[in-house]
Amino acid sequence: MKKNISILRRKKNEASGYIEEFEYNMKSDEDTVASALFDIAARIAVEGKRPLVWEHSCLQIKCGACAMVICGKPQLACSAKLKDLPDKVTIEPLRKFPVIEDLLVDRSVMRERLKNMQVYHEKDAADSGDESTYQSMKCLQCGICLEICPNYYGEGNYAGMSGMSAMAQILSKAPDKTGTRTKQLKKNYYKNVYEGCGKSLACRDVCPAGIPMDDLLSRMNAAAVWGRSKSLL
Amino acid sequence: MNNEPRVNIIGAGLAGLSAAYALAREGVKSRLISLQASERAQSNLAEGGINAVLNVMDENDTIDEHFADTIAGGCNLANPDMVWALVKNAPDIIDLLIRLGVPFNKTDGRIIQRNFGGQKKKRTAFVKSSTGKMVTTALINAVRKYECNDLVERLCHHEFLNLLLSEGDNRCVGVSIRDIYSERDISLPGPVIICCGGLNGFFHEMTTGTTANTGNAAARLFLQGVEFSNLEFIQYHPTTVGIPQKRLLISEAARGEGARLFHEREKSRVYFMEDKYGPEGNLMPRDVVSREMALLPDNTRVYLDMTMLSKDIWENRLSDLRDELIKHLHKDPSLKPIPVRYGIHYFMGGIMVDESHRTNIEGLYAAGECTCAYHGANRLGGNSLLGAIHGGISSANSIIKAEQLSTYNVENFIDKKISGMSDYEVFLNRSLSEILLSGLSILRDENKLSESLKKIEELFQSNHSEEFEGRLLLGKAMLESASKRHESRGAHTRTDYPKSDDKYLCNTISVYKDDSVSVSFRHI
Repeated sequence: MKKNISILRRKKNEASGYIEEFEYNMKSDEDTVASALFDIAARIAVEGKRPLVWEHSCLQIKCGACAMVICGKPQLACSAKLKDLPDKVTIEPLRKFPVIEDLLVDRSVMRERLKNMQVYHEKDAADSGDESTYQSMKCLQCGICLEICPNYYGEGNYAGMSGMSAMAQILSKAPDKTGTRTKQLKKNYYKNVYEGCGKSLACRDVCPAGIPMDDLLSRMNAAAVWGRSKSLL
Repeated sequence: MNNEPRVNIIGAGLAGLSAAYALAREGVKSRLISLQASERAQSNLAEGGINAVLNVMDENDTIDEHFADTIAGGCNLANPDMVWALVKNAPDIIDLLIRLGVPFNKTDGRIIQRNFGGQKKKRTAFVKSSTGKMVTTALINAVRKYECNDLVERLCHHEFLNLLLSEGDNRCVGVSIRDIYSERDISLPGPVIICCGGLNGFFHEMTTGTTANTGNAAARLFLQGVEFSNLEFIQYHPTTVGIPQKRLLISEAARGEGARLFHEREKSRVYFMEDKYGPEGNLMPRDVVSREMALLPDNTRVYLDMTMLSKDIWENRLSDLRDELIKHLHKDPSLKPIPVRYGIHYFMGGIMVDESHRTNIEGLYAAGECTCAYHGANRLGGNSLLGAIHGGISSANSIIKAEQLSTYNVENFIDKKISGMSDYEVFLNRSLSEILLSGLSILRDENKLSESLKKIEELFQSNHSEEFEGRLLLGKAMLESASKRHESRGAHTRTDYPKSDDKYLCNTISVYKDDSVSVSFRHI
């Protein structure tokens, strides 16, 4: 089967991009958008044209490198099966991060926010909360939940659900349930996650790691904002 | 960015993170340099678990036995002093990981350990089959604490270019890197720890690893005179499945929990591993299982039967493995056996390091899969996460003991640049990959190896960059190491020399010197 692959490309240090279209002959039903991008990148290389730039690593939905907008939906290129997509497949970089070149975006703001939120254990983690820790530690920090979030603009304090998951990793194992450090982390959570979240839950169905976003968010709010639940902490 | 002397760590996977963590907790400043964020590192893909004698399974396990299993699994080729240090430190590493928040599987508050290949006791601690992801995430959080007080400076989207060498290329005084966003090159003073992972990129689309592990850093280091060792020992994991552009691993944990390998003969199942090796046959070390699969008649299809695993195992211990197989293969492993084939999974060989994780160049250290350290001729499952963390911590400790950061200076230093690969060389690289795969398959012989060596000489005639020259030289070193080892040991099976020969109880040492590759033997 043939697919028309339309890529929004951009040269380094240029403000706007251009669309370039390629044909891709599918080799199997299992081919993904990543398969098409590797093939296209190799063909461009032979022709001596400007290389196609995109980030990739594990190719099995475990690292979050290849997040991009495919047919209007943010997803991982390695998880998007071509057979499930229309004949014309549009590919764009994530829009909420600065574009470096082609499909490569700078997601370092995510790391900086986690630093600002002090997402780390100050003292030894508690021997509790394993299931919540496991679910939240699945986060790939890929940025797909931020891309789809109507409340995330890339500026300001709001860290979105990737920030929520990261904070859950720490709060679920907080050693001092009522101590100053935990209070500070809850405050950071309130400011960087709770306040910014408009509860649209658009993030619910897009997480490539399959984090149960509703459940984790509810638990975090209950424990960190409302002080209602001790289950997460 | 600050140009003060710091420890420069190349690679932000588990070994690099562990090194940065161990340095920072002692107040030593480092830079954690990587092309991509730590979440993209191959360490996140490790599944089955991490080995340590914790004695929680009422089997009277001992550190001596972990030592003996590791040495035997590596077919007596690993350095016993290094292996002893590794297994002795393992319980403390698990303790550290618990304190850093790794949610190990537990029962009644006590860690559970599972069976793993080549080990006689249940010794592998795990988090379902996502152990690498959990351990790496915990280390990312731990290092973040020190990023906040500037003990660790993160340089993501930076590529390793070359070492800065002085005193007749025998001393490393710093490193040259490139910001791939701005394309600016930077020279940074300080000792260097290489944590750049295995040589996956030399075997295009044929490994369970990541595309980020191109092997370019290794090629550049080889060009600069860094010694590599035991490059012929490449681990083929018995249970992998082809998915687009790579091999997908089915964790050894499946067999650890009771899954069985079989093939079909005249419509009945042959449990070939159990028939030959007894009831524990499915959990023989990986080199043995993969070799048995390679020795089956051509076109024999091998299956992994996981259908007998209990609901509890699927729900609590392997839920993520099942989800993954359904996602990628559209097959539920709890209902039907899965066809499997061996695939390249790990490189036992790499940069030669001593017990302090020093290389042959002063001021240069290495840790993790890029090194030849703990695994001899074949690595046991569950020892790779352990080796990466222990190696990272050991190299950091050596630097804390031996190095004075203030003596490092790269001002007025003449940097010998290595020209990088251009995009068209991707095809030369694929040819190199085909040549290596043919020579370094599971079953090797002199004909295949010399044929591959001949073909690689032809590639040297092509028009190429210095970086690709480094790849060719390292590829040649792999083939020559395999060709010179006239015996079969661990992952190195020579059909023309089928027996182990104690004459070869040595490491092969590969080094690029005076414009040529030399491969020699050195005692362990």
